[in-house]
Amino acid sequence: MPAPPPRVVITGAGIVTALGLGWKPNAEGFRAGRSAFRPVSLFDVSRQRVKTAAEVDLPDALPPTGLSHRQAARLDRAGKMLLLAANEAWRQAGWKPAQAPAVGSSAFTRPEPPEGGTPNSSPNKDADDIPLILGTTAGGMSLGEDYFRQAVKSPVRHCRQPTRAVHYQPQVQARMVLDALNINGPVTIIANACASGSNAIGHAWNLIRCGQAERVLAGGYDALSLLVFAGFDALQTLSPTVCRPFDARRDGLALGEGAALVALETLEHAQRRSAPILGELIGYGTTIDQHHLTQPQPEGNAALTAMQLACESAGLTAGDIDYVNAHGTGTPLNDSAEALAIRRWAGDRAGTLPGSSTKASIGHLLGAAGAVEAVICLMALREQWLPVQAAFETPDPACNFPIVRQPRDARLNVALSNSFGFGGVNATLIFRRWA
Amino acid sequence: MSRVFVCGLGAVSPAGWNVAALREALSKSEPLPVQPLERPGGDKSLRARLVPAPATRLGFLAHPRLRRTSPITHYAAAAALDAVAGLRARPAEKIRLGLVVCMQAGCVNYSCRFFDEVLKDPATASPLLFPETVYAAPASHVAALLEDVTLADTLVGDPASFLQGVALGIRWLEENTVDACLVIGTEETNWILADALRHLDRRAVITGGAGAICLSLDPALSMGVALESITDAHSYRTSTSRTQAARAMRQQLPASSPAELLCDGLSDSPRTDAAEQAAWCDWTGPRLSPKRVLGEGLMAAAAWQCVAACDLVSAGRFPAANISLVGSNQQAMGARFKQDRQGI
Repeated sequence: MPAPPPRVVITGAGIVTALGLGWKPNAEGFRAGRSAFRPVSLFDVSRQRVKTAAEVDLPDALPPTGLSHRQAARLDRAGKMLLLAANEAWRQAGWKPAQAPAVGSSAFTRPEPPEGGTPNSSPNKDADDIPLILGTTAGGMSLGEDYFRQAVKSPVRHCRQPTRAVHYQPQVQARMVLDALNINGPVTIIANACASGSNAIGHAWNLIRCGQAERVLAGGYDALSLLVFAGFDALQTLSPTVCRPFDARRDGLALGEGAALVALETLEHAQRRSAPILGELIGYGTTIDQHHLTQPQPEGNAALTAMQLACESAGLTAGDIDYVNAHGTGTPLNDSAEALAIRRWAGDRAGTLPGSSTKASIGHLLGAAGAVEAVICLMALREQWLPVQAAFETPDPACNFPIVRQPRDARLNVALSNSFGFGGVNATLIFRRWA
Repeated sequence: MSRVFVCGLGAVSPAGWNVAALREALSKSEPLPVQPLERPGGDKSLRARLVPAPATRLGFLAHPRLRRTSPITHYAAAAALDAVAGLRARPAEKIRLGLVVCMQAGCVNYSCRFFDEVLKDPATASPLLFPETVYAAPASHVAALLEDVTLADTLVGDPASFLQGVALGIRWLEENTVDACLVIGTEETNWILADALRHLDRRAVITGGAGAICLSLDPALSMGVALESITDAHSYRTSTSRTQAARAMRQQLPASSPAELLCDGLSDSPRTDAAEQAAWCDWTGPRLSPKRVLGEGLMAAAAWQCVAACDLVSAGRFPAANISLVGSNQQAMGARFKQDRQGI
């Protein structure tokens, strides 16, 4: 009988949102249900329908890391947020680059040893191989925008163009994290739109459970950019009023920016080094909704399957879940489909199952959303409170699970987080309190 | 690693819309003609190798999801349909198909068009364009077209990420979450890519297209080729150069005989090729360098390497083929495919 897969725990979490930098200000903000929207200052929105978003206040200086001044100077807004979140997760986990040998040094399948031979190994594979798995939708889009502007306006002016062409690519931003933290693992960039961050964490979970890694750094990041803002505005999916997920009068989403990373490792690895544990990742499900590029299947079929698969992998039922962090973008179609999927999945339990969409506080963070919401679940489980939905006035009869509207403490043992993306990839993560 | 069989191939390239066209172009070893590529706002024309228009209208464009899609989706869809043709010849069997779409530049045509409209007047920018700018759009459309896709991921990275996609597909197969996995590398051509590439490698000629490889653990689906090994992803860092990573990749591949093929990513650009040349400097066996014929197709070129190698091994031209992917700015990865007639 095969050994059961190792349990996967989280020992570090880094988070950057418009509510603040790091665990503490974010935990306080989500617990209180603060809203972080303000007029957009990063680019001109005078000709857009909507003029607000949840912008992050970046610090004047980045924390000291392994990056040179020159490397740090090349980071764009997204790269800085990624670095801040990675650094916080890394430090909280207390990981050291060469702490212990990894079980399998690669994120991926290695060759079988030849008959009678020894496994292949490479000279630079050593103890500091930690896979880095990131979700993003835009990478360094602001650099790409600058490249485009200059290439069109001044085609013969090449100043800074080579740097932009390289550094707008997400894998190059990820490499900065490797250099900053002095780690050496494989980098995987998942671009499943708004499910990317959850998928990245889910991939990490799978990687550890199948024995290909003992610890993984995973999460998501995205910065506000003109192209993306204008895109959602053109689609008229941005709320011209207030982002109110699951509200009967909801009229669209709001955009935000940020990053979150978590340090995942086997329980055994964490206990071996007596690391404080923030929570356990116990379930992951992912599906593809083929209904439409930008609209969910109205009955929420794929969302339902994602939740069911996650519960199945966790060995739980809906009755065991204490809180749902919904994808809840605030668009009429998404929230209807998700609410229906939750009702179908949870049955009678839906009527008493607390849920909220934290996008009402910080906006939709796209590729970072799933990772940020994972960290919010960890905060709620660790500190035993329910994340408040910042804006909610008129209940929609179609959305029949109770929205958390007021700050309150709660006994939470298990939290579920949904992320659904443009293009149809859905992902659900389930976390358990570590006590 | 389980025995993983190749059960289908597909390719769209400047040589044409199928694997046969790719095979023929590579067998001639002559670089394909280069076309000028117009750019806005400039008096110079850039160069590219463009994918020719298909001989007949592509049937899949009648699918409602594909009507407004950009070339990158057309390429991915055409390659995908070819690669799964063998699976579809068994209609009685319900196949759970995984899909991994890999790209480096991604959906640049609609991104440029949309951003151009935004800069001119965001109030009138087309809402039809924006969804097609998303990296995940081609995977979404291909999944809708194939219908039996149960799991899909889009990976972004440098061209070596194509083998990350293959490795991910293997993991899904080994976890028994899918019965077959289709891995696609795809890119489209655009003036901005040609412009950017010129900054980084003046000799390179940009091109687009797609390559697709379908994998399964079922020998009955095999086309006579198995994936023998795949290396770790050897990341580049300040402390690990491309050359070091390429050498580490080479060392991790199984020892090979001179009768085997090396399918590499050389492109006649000395600076770009240096790391890979160094890693394979002692190679004396036959060598195939698709980029020398087809151009710099980024992720599509990485896929062509695998498709071309598997095609030659399947035809019995070589007992095995080594794939060398030394990516531009992320990692080096390698793989080895070999003849495996089990199930045929």
